Amino acid sequence: MRTEIRLAAFGGQGIILSGVIMGEGAINDGKNAVQTQSYGPESRGGAAKSEIIIADENIDYPMVVEADCLVALSQPGYDKYASEVKPGATVIIDSDLVETEKHPTAGSFYQLPFTKLADELGNRIVANIVMLGSVCAITGIVDKESLLEAVKANVPAKFLDLNVRAFTRGYEIGEQALA
Amino acid sequence: MEHTAIQSTSAKKHKPAQPFTREEFERVRRVLKKKVQFAQGDVAVAYGALLAGCRFFAGYPITPATETAEIMSRLLPQVGGTCIQMEDEIASVGAIIGASWAGAKSMTATSGPGFSLMQENIGYAAMTETPCVIVDVQRSGPSTGQPTEGAQGDIMQAKWGSHGDYELIALSPSTVQECLDFTIKAFNYSETYRVPVILLADGIIGHTREKIELPEYGDIQIIWRKEPTVPKAEYQPFADDGTKVPAMNVFGTGYHSYITGLTHAETGYPCTDSQPDHHQLVQRLCDKIRDNRKKIIMVERDYENSTRDETVGIVSYGVTTRTVYSAVKTLRQAGTPVNHLRIITNWPFPEQEVAELAGRVNRIIVPELNLGQVYHSVREAVDGRCPVTACGKIGGEMHTPREIIEAINGSAD
Amino acid sequence: MFRPSKHIREKYLEEEMWPSIFCQGCGIGTVMNATLRAIDKVGLDIDQTIFVSGIGCSSRVPGYLDADGLHTTHGRAIAFATGVKLANPELTVIVFTGDGDMAGIGGNHFIHAARRNVDLTVICVNNYNYGMTGTQVSPTTPVGGITMTSPYGNVESPFDLSALAIGAGAAYVAKWATMYPHEMMTAIKKGIEKKGFAFIETLAACPTGYGRKNKMKEGKDHMLWCKENTIGKSRYERLSEQEQNSCGKIVIGELRNIEKPEFTAEWSKLVEQHYME
Repeated sequence: MRTEIRLAAFGGQGIILSGVIMGEGAINDGKNAVQTQSYGPESRGGAAKSEIIIADENIDYPMVVEADCLVALSQPGYDKYASEVKPGATVIIDSDLVETEKHPTAGSFYQLPFTKLADELGNRIVANIVMLGSVCAITGIVDKESLLEAVKANVPAKFLDLNVRAFTRGYEIGEQALA
Repeated sequence: MEHTAIQSTSAKKHKPAQPFTREEFERVRRVLKKKVQFAQGDVAVAYGALLAGCRFFAGYPITPATETAEIMSRLLPQVGGTCIQMEDEIASVGAIIGASWAGAKSMTATSGPGFSLMQENIGYAAMTETPCVIVDVQRSGPSTGQPTEGAQGDIMQAKWGSHGDYELIALSPSTVQECLDFTIKAFNYSETYRVPVILLADGIIGHTREKIELPEYGDIQIIWRKEPTVPKAEYQPFADDGTKVPAMNVFGTGYHSYITGLTHAETGYPCTDSQPDHHQLVQRLCDKIRDNRKKIIMVERDYENSTRDETVGIVSYGVTTRTVYSAVKTLRQAGTPVNHLRIITNWPFPEQEVAELAGRVNRIIVPELNLGQVYHSVREAVDGRCPVTACGKIGGEMHTPREIIEAINGSAD
Repeated sequence: MFRPSKHIREKYLEEEMWPSIFCQGCGIGTVMNATLRAIDKVGLDIDQTIFVSGIGCSSRVPGYLDADGLHTTHGRAIAFATGVKLANPELTVIVFTGDGDMAGIGGNHFIHAARRNVDLTVICVNNYNYGMTGTQVSPTTPVGGITMTSPYGNVESPFDLSALAIGAGAAYVAKWATMYPHEMMTAIKKGIEKKGFAFIETLAACPTGYGRKNKMKEGKDHMLWCKENTIGKSRYERLSEQEQNSCGKIVIGELRNIEKPEFTAEWSKLVEQHYME
């Protein structure tokens, strides 16, 4: 089974790292994964996109054709990619950064306050990790422990605790949203 | 512990036999840590280089190749090698050629604009038969083009970029694992044939992360150049010993060889006004690659047992191959027989392999991320046996499988 | 006279390559002779000494020596030499270059190697023109100098190569002329012994090229010109500021000799710190 995930945001919101962690989590699960990205010349502010394909088999074509899951942390990111999802896809947005009515074709649609929760944890920079926790809970594409292991392997040691709390918080609200 | 090329911890203690010992390899493996990793193509290139025994890297920052330099600058000191950011790409190739003669396996990595600048010194490496590896993580051009986007626009430049007649070897990886594996192959070819080898990666695979598995000692072959064994007085640095690849002395071993980009005799000394000497030299430089094409050329064939009339041929290389794999599955499910030839060794060009494909199919399409480069080589090799259609895409995005299928269905008309 | 002794000839020259391509009266032979004597005085192991050069008349020097030589592309000798030195820091690396090769097409490599303070000895034969291609204007052609590409007189300001080396950070810089062979030899010797980037500029005659077009047809004319137009550093320093500004002469001598961290030594320390067993 091939699952295509697209993360869209502004540069600087950390979604390229989120994609890397998600891919590495899938590898930890014993699956195959491909992560690609696109970004403008700006380090901060421009449009950024991170795509992950996860499959049990070899992954030939490495790009997303139609996303099974779209996560948008910016309005332009949502506007640009909202229509490029599979019918019945899972669409997840940051409720404070993206304004929209319900997605027209999504099978499930979640509006979650990743950035606000990160602020509550003390550092907005971990919004991308809160998001990972929620995506993990909602989609179940990657095993929770495998993904958490990948989070730990990819964040600076001195922010390890903050990131683990961010992931856990994200997972909780993801579970709540599912319920 | 001293910092020098591994090949010569002390030049006086230089050991002419292959110096990359099992202990050395295993130490590098420990430096690279986990066996299974989720890594970018550019990073895998650096890993492959270190595992092949590369101990000198010179480069200049350029998107989308910079990550290779970043990794090399972090890891080379850990294995006792040297990494330097030069003032430009011209200097980078100059430095790796110098390092190669001083006894280090050496590499640089760049993208289109830098690759253009490198061409004169790549010609020098070909003329002086200097083993070295040049990684070109291709991006869209001409000129500055699309720095952050991938392309396959440097295929012809890789072969024809410098002036005069010469042959070199170029390999196209399509996965991150192949970025690692083919970098090792690139070093082996370069040491075996004393030739610059180009790794034709691209911005897509360079920046894509995938699962890679690091090899262990014994999984791979590591080759070191043939060094002279004759007494110093008898050594002729450019004499053909029958293999067309002369033994190469390393600087500092007392063989006193003179290396020049001028047309040179077997002694190494210039003989620029001699037509026969020039012909003999340049012919040998070309023949040492051409004569060994069977050992150098790698392709993948995915052919069906179908009649020629009903079968369509696809020739692909590099990252585009992955789109073709996907398209081929769909086409076959829909009942269209396809023969797919994937080129791994772009140079020397697999003419016979393409000609053989042309005898099995009613037409060939060549999808590539340019407006038609390998297309020309395919047409030349097909030599009228069947129609050949270019299927180029530029602008930084890969073909989708659908676009390839449509090109095939369209080209049937 | 300052001629290569039998000892120097037999020890360092590749007999079968002689005679050289250099013209009568050319300054390169003197620079080469001074270099070989300096190498002999230092007692360098010639097996461990690598000569690197670019393109041009002076770059042909390594071809006459019985040693490892790397005759590279135009302007790039210092970049190649950097690779040789860094890959095996135990080698002594000597670069032979000229004003066009080093300061024209290769200027960038020159300033960066000086900045990095790579342990190279760069000997530049400055004969004010591109000699091998037939007398074209170079980055050191004096204002008004006549060449094939400045037939009405050069309008560009020339580089002071030694000042450039000092500005870029070289550890050792000396400027001499071929009429001072012993001083030149001493400077080359000190340059070789210097752990760092050493630059020795030698003003040299090109009688067939620049000389012929600028009233210095014979080797001795250049000597007379040098005598007229250069001033020793110590004498220059004794002049008043006003006299210094108005003398209009080229200052020759040892212009810089400092200790500073050298690239390969610093890299070795870095390797010591980060090497993983």
